[in-house]
Amino acid sequence: MTTTTIDEALKDSPLVIAGREFRSRLVVGTGKYRSNEEMVRAIEASGAEMVTVAVRRVDLDRTKEEGILYHLDPEKIFILPNTAGCYTAEEAVRYARLGRAAGLNDWVKLEVIGDQRTLLPDVAATIEAARTLAAEGFKVLAYTNDDVVTALRLEDAGCAAVMPLASPIGSGLGLVNPYYIREIKSRLSVPVIVDAGVGTASDACLTMEQGVDGILMNTAIAEAKDPVKMARAMKLAVQAGRLAYLAGRMPRREVAVPSSPTTGMLD
Amino acid sequence: MTQATIEITLNGEARRVAAGRTVAGLLGDLGLHPRLVVVEHNREILDRARYDATEVREGDTLELVHFVGGG
Repeated sequence: MTTTTIDEALKDSPLVIAGREFRSRLVVGTGKYRSNEEMVRAIEASGAEMVTVAVRRVDLDRTKEEGILYHLDPEKIFILPNTAGCYTAEEAVRYARLGRAAGLNDWVKLEVIGDQRTLLPDVAATIEAARTLAAEGFKVLAYTNDDVVTALRLEDAGCAAVMPLASPIGSGLGLVNPYYIREIKSRLSVPVIVDAGVGTASDACLTMEQGVDGILMNTAIAEAKDPVKMARAMKLAVQAGRLAYLAGRMPRREVAVPSSPTTGMLD
Repeated sequence: MTQATIEITLNGEARRVAAGRTVAGLLGDLGLHPRLVVVEHNREILDRARYDATEVREGDTLELVHFVGGG
């Protein structure tokens, strides 16, 4: 009989997207922090190896308003440009190209919003933009609804990963439909990263327990009273949820089953 | 002596800049590091290698973008 060490028994495979390996299954955003210093510390505490950034006009009246690359070293952390704020496929493609022209990589977090109140995606426009960008050689990670049909269409369109929401962006409502997320994961070959809606560590843990490949979050960390502590909580929750998924949970029962022997009791 | 200027649209706003400036020169005037800015010139992304050779002309539309915090 061979014995394995505990470390070997707990070993997980890396998250692989478009041939690139990540040891962390947590991807974090860089928006909404109170300061750049706090953002940098939170990213470190999260253990994330990939962070999202947005493409925006340089503020010409405030030249001290530095870009985010003054604070993040692309040699140490993988930068994923997004198309946040875009409402049409054409606009999202334009933003994706601008992000690629920055010269770091050819990846994009594709996001085409269809509704201002819920920030839910325009799935038809997302599929259209995904097809265009994949044909141009982009590695497309597409934010989408928790709908398996759209997820399959995005995979067909050539996406490197599909990123269904847990609940609306910035809502912190947690995982509203575990069944839909499990269905998407079971049907797709490309990685499934749940993107948006996680509010606290238990949400992240529950999401990972569905068997998805990773989670992308921003507000849950940035808007916590202490983002550095929440970032670490999220790192641990993602790891715990992943391990619990790999371990395989016990069945749910409607009746109690004693944990201690029922024999050997005193008279 | 007054310097000749031209009007361009820079990040959505009408702006007068010195005539005969290249994109590289304009970025320098604005105190922007060329490696940290992406330039869209009349809706076409301008390759960094062409900043020095591309002259800004009257009526041009320029967008200067960079990465900021986002989710």
